[in-house]
Amino acid sequence: MTEEQLSISTANNLKNIRKKIFSKEKISGDSFFKTFLGIITFLIFVIIGLLILVLIINSLLSIETFGFGFLWGTEWNPTPSDPNALPVLGILPPLLGTLITSLIAILISLPISLGIALMLSEFTSKKFNFWVSFLVELLAAIPSVIYGLWGIFVLIPFLNQYIYPFIQDIFGFIPIFQGATHGYNIFTGGILLSIMIIPTITAISRDIFSAVPNSQREAIIALGATKWESSKIVMKYGHSGVIGAVILGLGRAIGETMAVTMVIGNSFNLFSSLFDPSYTLASLIANEFTEASSPEVYLSALIETGLVLLVLALVINITARLIIRFTTRKFKGVETF
Amino acid sequence: MNISEERRFKIRNFKNHLMISLCLIALLIGLIPLISILFEVITKGISQINFDFLTQEIYPLGQPGGGIGPAIQGTFIVILIACLIGIPIGVFSGIYLAEYPYSKMTFIAGFLNDILSNMPSIVIGIFAWILIVSVTGWSILAGGFALGIMMLPLITKATEESIKIVPTNLREAALALGIPNWKTTLTITVPTAKKGIITGILLAISRVAGETAPLLLTILGSRFFLTSFFEPTAALPLTIFNSSQSPFKYIDWPKAWGASFVLIFLVLIINVAVRLLTREKFKK
Repeated sequence: MTEEQLSISTANNLKNIRKKIFSKEKISGDSFFKTFLGIITFLIFVIIGLLILVLIINSLLSIETFGFGFLWGTEWNPTPSDPNALPVLGILPPLLGTLITSLIAILISLPISLGIALMLSEFTSKKFNFWVSFLVELLAAIPSVIYGLWGIFVLIPFLNQYIYPFIQDIFGFIPIFQGATHGYNIFTGGILLSIMIIPTITAISRDIFSAVPNSQREAIIALGATKWESSKIVMKYGHSGVIGAVILGLGRAIGETMAVTMVIGNSFNLFSSLFDPSYTLASLIANEFTEASSPEVYLSALIETGLVLLVLALVINITARLIIRFTTRKFKGVETF
Repeated sequence: MNISEERRFKIRNFKNHLMISLCLIALLIGLIPLISILFEVITKGISQINFDFLTQEIYPLGQPGGGIGPAIQGTFIVILIACLIGIPIGVFSGIYLAEYPYSKMTFIAGFLNDILSNMPSIVIGIFAWILIVSVTGWSILAGGFALGIMMLPLITKATEESIKIVPTNLREAALALGIPNWKTTLTITVPTAKKGIITGILLAISRVAGETAPLLLTILGSRFFLTSFFEPTAALPLTIFNSSQSPFKYIDWPKAWGASFVLIFLVLIINVAVRLLTREKFKK
């Protein structure tokens, strides 16, 4: 082949390829579009997969060193004074701190959130709802660092002056309410968290209550029930959804970092009273991560702490989502029926 | 009606009123923190706001004067980077979830999206630290990446929901004219759902604007204006956190309130704007 022939044949090839690409018969726009969107959607899989994988790989060193003892170890000594000694690390105190603060938060916010949700779905007009829902959403929009700031300068002085002495006067004989209070403790963390998860629980419970078929209310009101009695039926009907909402609120509380870090006192000890300063998993990471350069296993242990937090959050959230999904499906079935 | 029935009716009625008032009290208790926070931030913060405070460098703890200029700059840039990552991925995957509701991927992706939206923010911070900071050092790109991942599920959800409520007859009209499916989606469905999508994006921005934990692990905080993408950078939440941890009551704490005022102003403006946007839709 001469050079001229070669160039002509290449040009023809190019023409053919171009035809293939741009002709409508060969590649349909729809399938291309779907593939393109599909690839982008697949990024969500990639992100979550990569996140879990990366966290596991980076905490391998700590997992190998401490094994399962990491979960119930109560000592946190990343830089022992003896240079030959291995660091001793265990996260039982912050793990308990995380669970207890979240539990307190749920106990306080559940009745309040249910009250608000019932108010919004059962007892009031639509226009009123629009603005009240807005206010409750604003509560969710306030940055957690501002909650922390408010906690330090407003909530802690208030609790110290009025609430804590009162609680100790009444319940002082119970060990978990004993000890000196200086405001920065587990109980404060729980109270602050309870305020922060009110919007989560309220919003989901309200949606669940509003989704309860009207026939349920009409039936009991026709029997002469009062509004409260009909809303009891509504609550009973939607109770599994409310459980889902509570678990979701629990997930939010467990992952919350900044506000709790600012009020919980940040001290690594196995607390004996709710008025002891403590740690949560998230606040442990936030406080120490940027300073954990050496030894290597220290950083790895903090990443493993993150992994533990991740597993907790995953288990809680998946449970909650499944419950909520099944509840709404149940409702839909009733409505079409 | 005999006496005992009448009494029972009274008791039931009383119980009804009691429970409704208890619900009202719950509502009031729930709103007290909101009102208190807004009141404190506004009264303590607004006196700090002046031109110098908004534009000057951050002074070290304990030194009077200075401002929060770098923090405002850092917050805006980090949100911009987050938007560059979060908006395209979020909007496109939202379109996928809404347009192909019966594919297997939609079912799983929707579920994972919910999971991602409730991921502890500090875990995402660790993720960004491992992927970017451990390679390049403190970087605003890592901060933007972390916040972008946090925005992603919110935008996806909002896009999906607002496309799903576009009336089917609009789509059918377009398809009947022989317009291919993908063109219908891009030129009819998405523009109709534009308002909902923009609302979702704005809410996602306001949600991540105040995030502190992931920024702590990625951009660390600084006192100076940004000069490079690979150095510690300031941001409003970090400045608030640092100032609040200072022992200097009369020097740094007011600065924390001032910075909080700016941050909450930003967040509130977005939320109120969104509420007004959606209210118009309600009226129509």
